[in-house]
Formats: sequence, C-alpha cells, structure tokens
Amino acid sequence: MAKSLLIISRQAPWSGPSAREALDIVLAGGAFDLPIGLLFLDDGVFQLAATQDAKALQQKDLSANLQALPMFGVEDLFVCADSVAARGLDPKGLSLEEARVLSAQDITALIDRYDQVITL
Amino acid sequence: MKFAIALFSAAHAPSSRRALLFAQAALAGGHEIVRLFFYQDGVYNASGSVVTPQDEQDLPKQWRTFVSEHQLDGVVCIAAALRRGVLNEEEAQRYQREAVAVGAPWELSGLGQLHDAVQDADRLICFGGA
Repeated sequence: MAKSLLIISRQAPWSGPSAREALDIVLAGGAFDLPIGLLFLDDGVFQLAATQDAKALQQKDLSANLQALPMFGVEDLFVCADSVAARGLDPKGLSLEEARVLSAQDITALIDRYDQVITL
Repeated sequence: MKFAIALFSAAHAPSSRRALLFAQAALAGGHEIVRLFFYQDGVYNASGSVVTPQDEQDLPKQWRTFVSEHQLDGVVCIAAALRRGVLNEEEAQRYQREAVAVGAPWELSGLGQLHDAVQDADRLICFGGA
C-alpha cells in the first residue's frame, strides 16, 4: 500500500514562493494518485483568506490552484482553527470550502495518522 | 534503514550543514540513503556558482564530494532550480541562459522524484523547512 504524506503549509501566500511550492508537492502527489493531505497552519491560513488582490502585488493568484485540488484527487484538506482565529479570519468564509477546520487536538491525531510529513 | 533526505534551505543555512552531517552519519551507521532531494532554496546546495569565504565551510563542494564518493542519487527539483537560476547545461540551452551552475553528480528532475523517494524509504527526513 502506498505511504501517505501530509504537507503542512505554514507560509502566507505573498511571502515568497514557499506556499506555491508546498502546493506543488501536493498537486504532484495527487497527479500520481498518492494518498496525500494538506494542512494549513499558522500564516498558511492566509492562503485561504477570501478577499485577496494578487494584482496589487503584481503577482499571480494562488486560489485558482487551490480550487483545483479536489480535481487532482486531493480531498484531505485541513485548516487549523486556532491559526484562523488568531488571525481574525472567519472560519466559515475561507476560500476552500472543502477544507475541514480542526482543533489542536484533532491536528495531533491527524499528523499521527500519516506515514510521512513535510512542513514548509 | 532506508532514508530519503529532503533539503529546503540555502547552502549558508545551518540546517543545510546539519543535513549533510546527518547524511554522513546515516551511511557511517550502515543505513541506506535512497535519494537526496533538494527543493526550494535547497537547490543552492547543488550550485557550483557559490563562492564561500576561505575561513568558512564550502557546503556545495562538500555535498558534491559526498554524493560523488558514495554514488548517491542526488536530485535537484527542476522547477525550483529554474526559478532560482540554478541551471544545468541542458536547461541553460533550452532557456538561452549563459550561466550553467549545476552539473554531475546532480540531476535536475521533477517533484515525482520526491514522491517516489517517500514511497521507497522507511523514513523521510526533512531539513530547513518552515
């Protein structure tokens, strides 16, 4: 059986290429049909903020790539509830509806369920 | 044990030195390294263009020696490398760039190589992530 991999994405979308590069690992895993999960943690939850204007920063929007995740067969999407609350975001207004909002306790159990973990 | 090692930090970062020390210790301990995968700023560790001050450790050179001596599978993510200007001869030609920064023993390849290593290894050990 294929080993499962959890990607923990901790960087804001506009702080450099890190968020995009974390997402690329997930999309590649989905393309290979591997069991892969994605957790948005700490500043990584900003990737799901609903109102973003990438053009103002002369950048490309990440949200279209995020919306493509289920199409790539990646359905195990998670968001840290504490990180969302600490940054004043509305957990019901996040741009990725499929993502499940998890408590710290849930996240401990989640990480435990995966064979391998990469934090970026 | 079979290890896959992923490196995400630049050549001057302490975590990159730790990654090399870990890799050396793994082999010394009789373990196997199925693949080294350099991603994000980790691609700079494969660059032959890095010049280190004389009184500091030349990590790209140490990596190169280590990988060559042990004939390891050293893969540099091609997308991350292109973004950072760490091109091999083939890519420099493809994109018509003058600077060639990386050659043997490194191979430029895709993220599939990371997933493949994860599947093959007992443990994935990451250095320099967030």
